[in-house]
Amino acid sequence: MQILTVLIPVSLFLGFIGLVAFIWAMRTRQFDDPQGDASRILTKEYDDKPAP
Amino acid sequence: MAYDAPADLSSGISACPACVAAPSAQRLAALQRPETARLILSLPTAHCAACMATVEGALKAHPGVHSARVNLTLKRVSVEAEAEVTAAQLADVLERVGYEAHELDAGLLSMTETDRQGREILMRLGVAFFSMMNIMLLSVAVWSGAEAATRDMFHWISALIAIPTVAFVGQPFFKSAWRALRVGRLGMDVPISLALILASSISLYETMHSGEKAYFDAAVMLAFFLLLGRYLDHRSRALARSAAEELAALEVPRAIVLQDGQEFLRPIAQVAKGDLVLVRPGGRMPVDGVVVQGTSEVDRGLLTGESLPAFAGPGLAVSAGEVNLTGPLTLRVTAAGRDSSLHRMADLVAVAESARNRYTTLAERAARIYSPLVHILSFSAFAFWLWKTGGDVRFAVNISAAVLIITCPCALGLAVPAVVTAASGKLFRKGVLIKNGTALERLAEVDVVVFDKTGTLTLGTPTPCNLESVSAQDQSVALALAKASSHPLAMALAGQISGAPAAVTDLREVPGYGIEGQLHGQTVRLGRAGWAGVEGLAQTATYLAITGQAPVAFTFTDQIRPGAEAAIAGLTLQGKRIKLVSGDTEAAVRAFAARVGIADWVAGALPAEKAAIVRGLADQGHKVLMVGDGLNDTAALAAAHVSISPAQALDAARVASDIVLLGRDLAAIADATRIARQATKRMVENFQISAAYNVIAVPLALMGAATPLAAALAMSLSSITVSLNALRLR
Repeated sequence: MQILTVLIPVSLFLGFIGLVAFIWAMRTRQFDDPQGDASRILTKEYDDKPAP
Repeated sequence: MAYDAPADLSSGISACPACVAAPSAQRLAALQRPETARLILSLPTAHCAACMATVEGALKAHPGVHSARVNLTLKRVSVEAEAEVTAAQLADVLERVGYEAHELDAGLLSMTETDRQGREILMRLGVAFFSMMNIMLLSVAVWSGAEAATRDMFHWISALIAIPTVAFVGQPFFKSAWRALRVGRLGMDVPISLALILASSISLYETMHSGEKAYFDAAVMLAFFLLLGRYLDHRSRALARSAAEELAALEVPRAIVLQDGQEFLRPIAQVAKGDLVLVRPGGRMPVDGVVVQGTSEVDRGLLTGESLPAFAGPGLAVSAGEVNLTGPLTLRVTAAGRDSSLHRMADLVAVAESARNRYTTLAERAARIYSPLVHILSFSAFAFWLWKTGGDVRFAVNISAAVLIITCPCALGLAVPAVVTAASGKLFRKGVLIKNGTALERLAEVDVVVFDKTGTLTLGTPTPCNLESVSAQDQSVALALAKASSHPLAMALAGQISGAPAAVTDLREVPGYGIEGQLHGQTVRLGRAGWAGVEGLAQTATYLAITGQAPVAFTFTDQIRPGAEAAIAGLTLQGKRIKLVSGDTEAAVRAFAARVGIADWVAGALPAEKAAIVRGLADQGHKVLMVGDGLNDTAALAAAHVSISPAQALDAARVASDIVLLGRDLAAIADATRIARQATKRMVENFQISAAYNVIAVPLALMGAATPLAAALAMSLSSITVSLNALRLR
């Protein structure tokens, strides 16, 4: 049972990382166009590394 | 052209001056900004990855454009470009690659883009989800038999997570419950808040006294599912609202005012009675007025439904909303802004709107039964157990809290929003925008569909229909003349006649009459009947007169809007009665009705008569769907049970309707009525499902046999079933 004192904080911490990631994603407006983002992965044009 | 910055914009432009003043100011500021500009265009037909790539590629290839990004969810593209790039150019570029595009007003839209309320709910939803999952982890341990100190520790950790969560996440419910209580009402949010607070505090009390039952998981789960319903609700509303504003952003109300021989571009609010206003060919009359100078033809289609342009010369009274076709007109303003006929019509609409808002939705009816019932149940459980146990308050409160949690309106809160989201999402992808929250339910009840003709079932663009009966020689002369004019009939002729134009010289347009030229020393004319020297026909036509020959008539029919026949066939198949009510002449309406297969038609209807027809049908117990686009339809649109207008319709008509078609295609109307019927069916099913869960769970809770596990199961199962049921919409 002693292991619980480690595992519970660990599980909470991991969950918390998820929450922070969610809040970050929301703040940077990554939920503004879910449909477009879903389709965008299908295009061959990469906008972060433009073709030379 | 000089542009004088307005000192005061806070009156007259829109029904709500406060909302409009700020964006207008921004808009004007944006107009004067010299560097890069941000343009937003609406893309009603974009739907896939290839569309995005094509649109973005085409726009980026246009000189002066720095970047373009499509938002597929909102069906918009935002473009960063040099100041000289105009939205009209970009719309042309997109038209060429096959996409319909409309300019939008960036100033108006910036208000909705930062959707703060939506993000706030989303944030709470994320926090609730995080807490729910963590507490559930601990609760599963408790349910599977954690004892004594371990159970207490798990309860304490749960409390530590749950209580701040409920305090943060529950705020929207607490606030709205408080508002409801202050005016002495019991909304849905009162039992919800009560359940949240009671469940948290009773669980905390139990935890402190090493009790067995703690409802932290239930409390947080309740908050999560309800927030989910609220978020869905908010999203479909926000989408509709932003798209509605998008439509409002399509027309920027300005007028060219003449002062001491100089032209000033001014907002309509600053135009006063008695001013002189210039209206260029192709422009829409911004005010009511009397023509003092110039001759032209005016298209009154949007106001009266007439498809034939009318002659305009000095002394003629024109109303705001009419389109000037051929020559510049100078008007003496008789009424502007608030007083113009356009605005009076819009005011009429506002009156009818408030009547429509009295419609009670399924959700409201459900809430009306639900709220008191839950309170009575919970309170009588408390009273009964207090009496039965001889004053054990702790036990009695526990039972009444369990009742509140189990009867939780999770499923009720999700039942309608989930269906509305699924349905409006589906319709939005088909280019149908639901503007009003209750429109879907009202649409489902429709049994009679009333169509307007000009601009609704037709595109309002004429096509020549008797070219084969005109000799090639006459055609080539007509082509040469037609090419010189921007009149809609001339443009239609020029587009349809093939072959080389005749060598007509000295072309000159006589505004209001037609085009004149010289062919082998003879005068040739293309234009109005009287001017060409013939008696006019009953239908839309233009006349070619060559000296020494009998004049030739080119007749036109209005092009049927794509999907009109499909929509009519679809609606007939669904068993709906179809009626055509038009302001156009009897001959034109009769011919058209025969073409699209409508047996029941009325011609020459004035705006008031249209509304009376709709009201008459309503009095007979019919639920009427009105489809129209013009000012002459607004009263009928507002009087109907539910109304639809195309995006190209006049502002007032769009405001008056509940549903707007974003694309050109009408076929979506039949889909809309079918999906609306299905959606209402799903809503009712969802209510039945959640009622069924309650019928099983509530007796258990009343008997005191409900465990936290049972509560969690009932809650999540009912919520998931109603969401899945909503997704069954096809």
